[in-house]
Amino acid sequence: MLTRLMRTYLRTRTGSVAIVVVLLVAQTVGNLYLPNLNAAIINNGVVTGNLGYILRTGAAMLAITLAIGGVAIVAVYWASRIAMGAGADIRDDLFRTVQSFSTRDMNVFGTPSLITRNTNDVQQIQIFLQMALTMMVIAPIMSVGGIIFAIKEDARLLPLLAVAVPVMAGFLALVMVRVVPRFRSMQVKIDRITQILREQITGVRVIRAFVRVTSEADRFAVANDDLTATALSVNRTFALMPAMMMGILNISSVAVLWFGGRLVSQGSEPIGNLTAFLTYILQILISVMMAAMMVILLPRAMASAERIVEVLETTPVVTDPDTPTSPRAPTGRVRFDDVAYAYPGSERAVLEHLSFTFEPGETSAIIGGTGSGKTTLVSLIPRLVDVTAGAVLVSDVDVREQSQEELWSAMGIVPQSAYLFSGTVASNLRLGAPAATEDELWRALTIAQARDFVAAMPGGLDAPIDQGGTNVSGGQRQRLAIARALVKAPRLYLFDDCFSALDAGTDARLRVALREATRDAVVVIVAQRVSTIMHADRIIVLDDGHVVGSGTHAQLLVDCEPYREIVVSQLGEDAA
Amino acid sequence: MSMGPGGGFRAAVGVGPAPIAHSRDTRATLRRLVRRLHPERFKLLSAVGLGVTSVAFMVSGPWILGRAMNLLFDGLVSQRLPLGTTKAEAIAMLRAHGQDQIARMIASMTVTPGVGVNMTSLGRVLGVAALVYFLGSIFTYSQGFVMAGVAQRSMFALRRDVEEKLARLPLRYFDSHSHGDVLSRVTNDIDNLTTTLQQGLSQLLTSVLTIVGVLGMMFWISPLLAAISLITIPLAIGGTLLIARRSQVHFTNQWRRTGTLNGLVEETDTGHSLVQVFGRRGAVIDEFSRQNRALFDASFRAQFLSGVIQPTMQFITNINYVAIAVVGGYRVASGLLSLGAVTAFIQYSRQFTMPITQIASQMNLLQSGVASAERVFEFLDETDEAPDVVPATAVPPAATRGAIRLEHVSFRYETDKPLIEDFSLDVAPGETIAIVGPTGAGKTTIVNLLVRFYEIDQGRIVLDGVDYRDLTREEVRRSFAMVLQDTWLFQGTVRDNIGYGRPGATSEEIVAAARAAYVDNFIRTMPDGYDTILDQEASNVSAGQRQLLTIARAFVANPDILILDEATSNVDTRTEVLIQHAMAALRAGRTSFVIAHRLSTIRDADTIVVMAAGRIVEQGSHEDLLARRGVYFDLYHSQFSGAEELG
Repeated sequence: MLTRLMRTYLRTRTGSVAIVVVLLVAQTVGNLYLPNLNAAIINNGVVTGNLGYILRTGAAMLAITLAIGGVAIVAVYWASRIAMGAGADIRDDLFRTVQSFSTRDMNVFGTPSLITRNTNDVQQIQIFLQMALTMMVIAPIMSVGGIIFAIKEDARLLPLLAVAVPVMAGFLALVMVRVVPRFRSMQVKIDRITQILREQITGVRVIRAFVRVTSEADRFAVANDDLTATALSVNRTFALMPAMMMGILNISSVAVLWFGGRLVSQGSEPIGNLTAFLTYILQILISVMMAAMMVILLPRAMASAERIVEVLETTPVVTDPDTPTSPRAPTGRVRFDDVAYAYPGSERAVLEHLSFTFEPGETSAIIGGTGSGKTTLVSLIPRLVDVTAGAVLVSDVDVREQSQEELWSAMGIVPQSAYLFSGTVASNLRLGAPAATEDELWRALTIAQARDFVAAMPGGLDAPIDQGGTNVSGGQRQRLAIARALVKAPRLYLFDDCFSALDAGTDARLRVALREATRDAVVVIVAQRVSTIMHADRIIVLDDGHVVGSGTHAQLLVDCEPYREIVVSQLGEDAA
Repeated sequence: MSMGPGGGFRAAVGVGPAPIAHSRDTRATLRRLVRRLHPERFKLLSAVGLGVTSVAFMVSGPWILGRAMNLLFDGLVSQRLPLGTTKAEAIAMLRAHGQDQIARMIASMTVTPGVGVNMTSLGRVLGVAALVYFLGSIFTYSQGFVMAGVAQRSMFALRRDVEEKLARLPLRYFDSHSHGDVLSRVTNDIDNLTTTLQQGLSQLLTSVLTIVGVLGMMFWISPLLAAISLITIPLAIGGTLLIARRSQVHFTNQWRRTGTLNGLVEETDTGHSLVQVFGRRGAVIDEFSRQNRALFDASFRAQFLSGVIQPTMQFITNINYVAIAVVGGYRVASGLLSLGAVTAFIQYSRQFTMPITQIASQMNLLQSGVASAERVFEFLDETDEAPDVVPATAVPPAATRGAIRLEHVSFRYETDKPLIEDFSLDVAPGETIAIVGPTGAGKTTIVNLLVRFYEIDQGRIVLDGVDYRDLTREEVRRSFAMVLQDTWLFQGTVRDNIGYGRPGATSEEIVAAARAAYVDNFIRTMPDGYDTILDQEASNVSAGQRQLLTIARAFVANPDILILDEATSNVDTRTEVLIQHAMAALRAGRTSFVIAHRLSTIRDADTIVVMAAGRIVEQGSHEDLLARRGVYFDLYHSQFSGAEELG
């Protein structure tokens, strides 16, 4: 997955990647060459007392240092561009893909998960790329180059490396194997603490009413002990890391001086080479540590890549037909023709044998308890999901044969949870009709019984709305959502249980005004409350995915037992 | 090389620290943090001691290696001099040959002409070096080990204090603060603080000690070379700070833009079908691209700038290296310095820049840690609930059970907004009081006063003949059980959740309660029956079933007085009928306060309390209130008229 992702997003950046690699090679070789020059200063300058040589070589070292610094900065520039650019591209593609998702696809992932994928996961990939474009290139060149240069200094010291490198690598592996799983278990325990504290905050009333403060304290103490024990053991093991790494590096230096010193004393090696060799062995061991870091990072990046690719490679369940058919007249008439719907993989249908027509100029209502399939039924009309059998026709054309944009342009929806976008009242109302005039907005607000409170808001139409509409009350939110649909002036209105937060008086006034405003349109109201839909031209009673009754309130009271049951449970025996 | 769990990579890769919320009074917060470490002071002191020792060992290492180098060099030079001559003779000889340079160098060396490297001495010196390094590592480890204990135990205590604080805070606090903010203080901020303490403290200590130690050694070896190095130090510090400060701006920018982008994604994803049906797909994609571009700009700049730190530091280190090599080489050649001193010096200068970079990155960590500490302390400083004035009595002196009387009760949430004024109500055992009113009318205020979540301002409440003020809060609450609309259950088994109503409830009692609440059958269809774990998302239990479970919990509590919220939302009609039956059964024979939504309950209530706009506006029986033709009359007719007409 990671390689596939890399291939896709680095393909357009091969040039930049090549530049970075070349620059990093140059940088690393330069860094490796410096100790060489230092050795020369000692061998040819210090030992022989040749001051001129010292100065000349020193100048060369300075020049190389400058060059390395410049090269490194340019390399970082390009590496950052690549990593951050690829990240931005991935985010763009993720977002674009998600926008083409159907409601079903959205539910498969869930909003929080999609957000995580778009931010944290992409960030993991960015970190990985940045690291890959520095350490992953530097580490191998540094080790190989270090070994080559070290051999050049003296191949007889090579066995030292053969011991030090595996010891270092082995030790790092050991710590990781021991720490990583415990680190995970520590995270679980932190989550547990968070969980208990969240429960204590949200459940404060219940806890105190039942006088359970003490038992809550006990519950927390257990989790706190548990976390502390694990955190202690993890951090104590981790304390080994710096100690051991420094230890290995330092003892290696001592060993170089001992074995190298013998060679020097035999006269078979210039003393300056020793200092160079010392530097090389340090550089090699440091690149081993860098490689270890990559090893830690890799699984995370791989997991993230998998989660990203999963989204990118999802084919939306609902797609536009190749050759869309336009309705001859956009009447908004809705016809269900023996419709059935079942969740994928589920044997039992949520909806079955639904056949009815919603005519223009008619208000139709659908009632039924939770789980009766009301919301699913409504989402079939804008084709947020597709039927599994039968057909849904809007303006006499199967919704699957229309282009989605055209289908949607004919309808106004007020969903169950009245969601508003951050912006202003006006920007929300213009969602479906960007060119609507202020007069049109006020007219819609008047019908939706929202005129007074909008006029009272500071700024009126330009009053700010927070994300989700959290700065207005539930009832106001619902009225704004209704006004939003009215501004669009569609042929077909879908009201999905959106009068629940309104008080009785407003509810009644709103319904009278709506009736007037939507006189020629198709109006579909979904509700749980009988009082909301009692006056509809036709009520369809849904139970367990089947139509169990259809008619006016009075008719249904007489011949539909499930409807009677609902009425009794909500309004009392005497209402029926 | 120092890494800690978490956080370590951020600094390494330059994701940058989380945006720093600057603390308001850093010094006071730091002082308080130090006070909190007081119980660990001996451990902390020993950690400092261990740190000093380990740094001392680590710092003396290169110097010892330098001596080994000198031994080698001395031996080499000696070898070339004719055997049998003395040092002075050899120098004179070199001078005579016009080799003044070498003569001067040798003058400062320990040479025995003609004799090679003394391998025994070399072995001894290197043995000492190995031992010193080994001990250094041991002490480094011990310091980390002790420090982990200090940090984790302190954080254990802080978490404990925070949890205890939660139990002592008045309800008012929870009602006036967002749960998210409280939760973030007691979790995220504490986690952040733990990371700071765990990593920051230890590393900061080591870094500072290392700088001091290395600087000392450098001056001791060669004041001149040390002075040269010192010129590069302000360069290193200044450079790091300059870049860090500039990149910090971009990092803050990056976090802000990430937040904006997250908000956009959350918003469009939550309103997904709206965006589609209202034809805004193209517009949001464009908007996203624009924001995404802005995020790229910020993150690229931040990444690049912070990436520049490393090469810059390396550049400065290298300049230092070259300067030492040149000047040092010159001094060795002039006999003013030993070769070993120069090699040791090179090592020191390399050790010098690393702690500086580390301190710079730890400062960021520390700053955000202090900001977190401040938020946690702020939370700990909130005013506690006033303690109970009376000691708990062993036996509640109750002749009757479930009689409650409110006498001239007044209460306000805010002193300038009258809420409940001079409210009196006499409830005999077994009576039902219906509280009605539109949403947001403040029906829960009465609940808050009855179970003493809030204390009344004036008047008195008398429970079974005893004034509330003569009872502890817990004694009052033991008489009550609540079934609220918010069906709080905790992550635990079904059995524990039902048994929560009364400590020590037996399994039989729990099953009996479940049966009475019509939820026994459902529980038995769950995978582990009564031992099924209710997960927090409660995906395994529907809203209606949760409600039934809370009713069962109230059954177990077997209270004298009941508080019920009849409102049921998101409950299917069949479960709703069950809930109705269960609530009726629960009410039987008990005093009940019902936040009523049903005609049958309201009509049958002994007293109806009508609330509007946060205040009690009317009270009386159904008939009384209808006859009065006031608020209740209107409410009744608008809300229940449909039913009435049809009846």
